[in-house]
Amino acid sequence: MKLSKIFLLLVFMLNFFSISFAEKNDQLTIKISKNLRCIICQGQSIYDSQSEFAVSMKLLINKKIEEGLSEKEIYEFLKDKYGEWIVYDTGFNKNTFILWGLPVLLFFLGGAIILRKLVFRKV
Amino acid sequence: MKNKIIIVLLVFFLSFCFFVLFKSLESSNIYVPEKKEDRQLAEFVSEDLFTKKKITSSEIFHGSDYYILNIWASWCAPCREEHPQLMELSKNSSIKLIGLNYKDDSKKAKKFLEKLGNPFSIIITDKTGIVSIEFGGYGIPETFLINKDKKIIKTFIGNLSNESVIQINSIAK
Repeated sequence: MKLSKIFLLLVFMLNFFSISFAEKNDQLTIKISKNLRCIICQGQSIYDSQSEFAVSMKLLINKKIEEGLSEKEIYEFLKDKYGEWIVYDTGFNKNTFILWGLPVLLFFLGGAIILRKLVFRKV
Repeated sequence: MKNKIIIVLLVFFLSFCFFVLFKSLESSNIYVPEKKEDRQLAEFVSEDLFTKKKITSSEIFHGSDYYILNIWASWCAPCREEHPQLMELSKNSSIKLIGLNYKDDSKKAKKFLEKLGNPFSIIITDKTGIVSIEFGGYGIPETFLINKDKKIIKTFIGNLSNESVIQINSIAK
């Protein structure tokens, strides 16, 4: 009787861990696929699209997660195949430095203008 | 003095906008996939269409100077159109033709080859579409020219034309 109880508990625990592991993988797949551009269906992410390409891509992401690749490694793998264009969140490089740098520059410029105005007003 | 600075800044800003917009006039607004060539092939395992046996990429890409990997399916109309070009390429002895049967029914794929001829040395299947993504494929038909170092040296998106065949034959002599 005791043995069967322990066995049942073990089965329950195993199921619980496998379900939570699968759920974790699914959530990561969703997160990655939301940050990937569907190349053949413009304006949609891989997550949103139901095209053949997007469906296969979701399966591939899941497979890569199961193989033990991290989120960053999966992005690198896909960037190597399809170029920087595939990710929505582009990195800092010679093509994107204006995109990343201009808002920061404008922020400081705006700050400087406001500060100057405030200082002048006090004087 | 203050006005002068504002005018200079305004002129600078407007000329920057003009330059950016003028430059973008030259580039096409139709997205063309970035063909990442000269990249190493990924290792993968697939299944042979005829024998149903598991086959690895190192077994497939073995014993030839050049390889052509063609992604095709019996349901794909442009694949039917490009089939004569593939038959033509199969005459080149320095190229090994590999077919990647994409999300297809095996029976229909075999019928397709019976009717139009089989230009391929090996045909592997890709039921889920994962293998074609491992190659960096966009859709079908698509053809990759691969050298003996297992590097993709040319990608042809869409069906092969007669010019593509000439181009491939001039590379793989």
